[in-house]
Amino acid sequence: MINTIHPKPRLLTIAAILLSAMSLLTACNGGSGNNSAKNSDSTTSNNNDDNTLLGAGSTFVYPLFSKLFYVYNQKTGIKINYQSIGSGGGILQLKNKTVDFGDSDAPLTDDQTKSMGADVLHVPMCSGAVVLSYNIPGVTDTLKLTPDVIASIYLGQITQWNDPKITSINPGVKLPKMQIAVAHRSDGSGTTNIFTDYLSKISPEWKTKVGKGTAVNWPAGLGGKGNEGVSGLIKQTPGGIGYIELAYAIQNKMLFARIQNESGNYITPSIASTSAAGNVQMPADSKVSLTNTDAANGYPISGFTWALIYKEQSYNGRSQKRAENLLNLLWWNIHEGQQYCAGLYYAPLSPEATTVAENILRSATYNGKPILK
Amino acid sequence: MQISTQKIIQQPEKRYKEKEFSAKIPFTIKRERYFRKSLVLAAIGVIILVMAFGCTLVVYSIPSFKALGIHFLYGKTWDPVNNVFGAYPFLLGTLITSFLALIISIPFSISIALFLGEYYPEGWFSNLLKNAIELIAAIPSVIYGFWGLFVLVPIVRHLEMKFGVLPYGVGILTASLILSVMIIPYAASMGREIVKMTPLRLKEAAYSLGSTRYEVIRHVVIPYAKSGLLAGILLSLGRALGETMAVTMVIGNSSLIPKNIFAPGNTMASVIANEFTEAAGSVYLSALIELGLVLFLVTAIINIAGKSIIKRFSKI
Repeated sequence: MINTIHPKPRLLTIAAILLSAMSLLTACNGGSGNNSAKNSDSTTSNNNDDNTLLGAGSTFVYPLFSKLFYVYNQKTGIKINYQSIGSGGGILQLKNKTVDFGDSDAPLTDDQTKSMGADVLHVPMCSGAVVLSYNIPGVTDTLKLTPDVIASIYLGQITQWNDPKITSINPGVKLPKMQIAVAHRSDGSGTTNIFTDYLSKISPEWKTKVGKGTAVNWPAGLGGKGNEGVSGLIKQTPGGIGYIELAYAIQNKMLFARIQNESGNYITPSIASTSAAGNVQMPADSKVSLTNTDAANGYPISGFTWALIYKEQSYNGRSQKRAENLLNLLWWNIHEGQQYCAGLYYAPLSPEATTVAENILRSATYNGKPILK
Repeated sequence: MQISTQKIIQQPEKRYKEKEFSAKIPFTIKRERYFRKSLVLAAIGVIILVMAFGCTLVVYSIPSFKALGIHFLYGKTWDPVNNVFGAYPFLLGTLITSFLALIISIPFSISIALFLGEYYPEGWFSNLLKNAIELIAAIPSVIYGFWGLFVLVPIVRHLEMKFGVLPYGVGILTASLILSVMIIPYAASMGREIVKMTPLRLKEAAYSLGSTRYEVIRHVVIPYAKSGLLAGILLSLGRALGETMAVTMVIGNSSLIPKNIFAPGNTMASVIANEFTEAAGSVYLSALIELGLVLFLVTAIINIAGKSIIKRFSKI
C-alpha cells in the first residue's frame, strides 16, 4: 500500500523534454542543410499515390492551373497539387526532383539546362500579355506608344508626359506638363522577364545597359511587389506608368496603351491579339520568345508559359503509371483545357503551337519507350 | 486511526531503506534530474540553433563570396542580369530607415513610459492605454503596410508636392514613419516597467526636499531608469532593422542609392523578400543569402554595441 507513492511523470516534465528534443532536432537539420535537401529528393518516389501529381512554379499561370486542375480532377479523379512559388522555385524543385513538373515563364537558360543533369522538355501551356497601364490626370483616352518611347521612358530619358516624342504620336490627346513616375516589379517575375526581353529586342541601348531577366537593375523608377503592387503605384501616383499582366489590368478596369508592333500597326492588347502573336514559325523545342512578334496583328509584349518535365520519365523509382498520368494531364491541358484560357484572360495556344506541343509530349519516354501512343 | 499513525511512522523508514539498500532511486528524485537535464538541453539547443543559423548562412553564401569577394559590401550596383551584386545601397537603406525611425519614435516611447510608469500607473485609463500599446505590437506588419499605402503615402505625397520633389509618396521617409509606429511599443513597455520600479523612498525624499514633479522625473526617475529605457530603445532598433513586409510595401524598392529622404530606396530584408522566389542563378541566390548574412551580422553588432553602451551607462 505504500508503493502507490510513486507519482506519474508530470505534464511539465514531458513538455520540457519534448521541447528540448525538438529544438535539438531543428538545430541538427539547420546545421546540415545539404542532408535535408538530399532527403527530400526521394519525396516523389516515396509518394506511392500515383493519382496525386505534384507541380510547382510560375505564379502567373496559377489562376489558370487551379481552374484546369479542378476540372481535370472532377473528370478523372487525378489530383494535382500545384504550388505557385515562382518560376525560379519551380525550376529548382524540378532539379531536386521533388515535383513531377515545374512551370516557368521563361525557357531555361543554358546554365540552367546544364545544371538540370537530364533533358528537360518545354511544353507551352498558354500565353499571356503584358500591358502598359498609366494614370495621367485628365486623360481618359487610350494612349499610343511606340517601342522607342517605351524604352526611353524606362531608361529615364523621357521624363515629362508632354514630351514631343509622346505628343507627336498622340495628336488629339491633351497631355499635361507632368513628371512621369515609372513603376516596375520589385519582385523577380516572369512578367518582368517578358517586358525586359521586349525592351532588349527593340532598344540596343537597353540591351547593353540593362539586359533581360526576371529581375534587372532598373535605371529609373519605383518598384512594387506583384501586379497589385505595381498597379497600386500607378493608380496612386499622378503621372504613373507601369507594366502589368493583361488579366490583372482588365479585371481592375485600368487604362492601358496601344503599342506599335514590328509591322507598324498600333495593337490594343487583348486575348485575340496575344494569340495572334503566337502565330509564328515555331522551333521544334518551342523555346521561342514571342516579344516583338512578326505577326502583323500580334501584340508585341507577350510570352508563353511552359510546363517543364524530364524527357526520360523513369527516374527516382517513379512508376510508369505516374508518368502516364502526367503526360495525359499535359495533353489534356493543351487540348480540352485551352477552352478555359479566354475566360481567365490568358491567350490559348495557336494551332501551330499546339502541334509543336503535341510533338514535344510524344517525345517523352519511360525507359526509352514513348509514353503516349 | 491506527493505520494512519502506522503509515506516518513507517513512511520515513521505508524511504530510508530504499535509499540505503536498493539501487532503485525514487521517481521524485529522478524527475528532478530529468527536469534539470531537459532544461539544460533546451538551453544548449538554442545556442546550437543560433550557431546553425550562422553556419547555414555562411555555407550558402560561399559561392557569392568567391565570385564577388569583399566588393559585395561596398559595391553600388545590384544587377542580377550580369551577376554583379553590391549590397551598399541596401545596407545604407536599412541603416537610414532604422535610425530615422528610432529618432522619430524615441520622444513618443519615452513620454509613454513616463506617463504610464509615473503619472498614471493604475486605473482604467492606464489599462486602456497599456493594452492599446500592446496591441500596436501585436498587429501583423502587413496591415501596417496597407495602412501605410492607403493613408500615409497620400499624406507624404502631399508633403512632397509642397517641397517640389517628385511626388512618389513611397520612399525612405514613409518607411521610417511606418517603422517608428511599429517600434514604439517595445521601448514604451520596457521603459514603463523600469520607471515603475523606481524606489518610492527616493522619490519621496526628493519631494520632501521640495522638488516639483518635473524635477523628480528629471533627477530621480530618469537617472534610475536610464539603462532600462536604453535597453527598450535597443530592442526597438533590432525590430526596425529586420522588419520586412511593411517596409517592402512603402519604401519604393529602388536599387539606386537614395539621394534624399523622399527618394525611394530598399532595405536588405525587403530585397530578400522581393527577389528570393525568382532568383534562378546560383550566384544570384547565394548573393541574396549573403545579404541575409550581412543583415544577421549588422543586427548582432548593433546589439552587442548597444549592450556595452547600456553597461557603461548603468555603472554611473
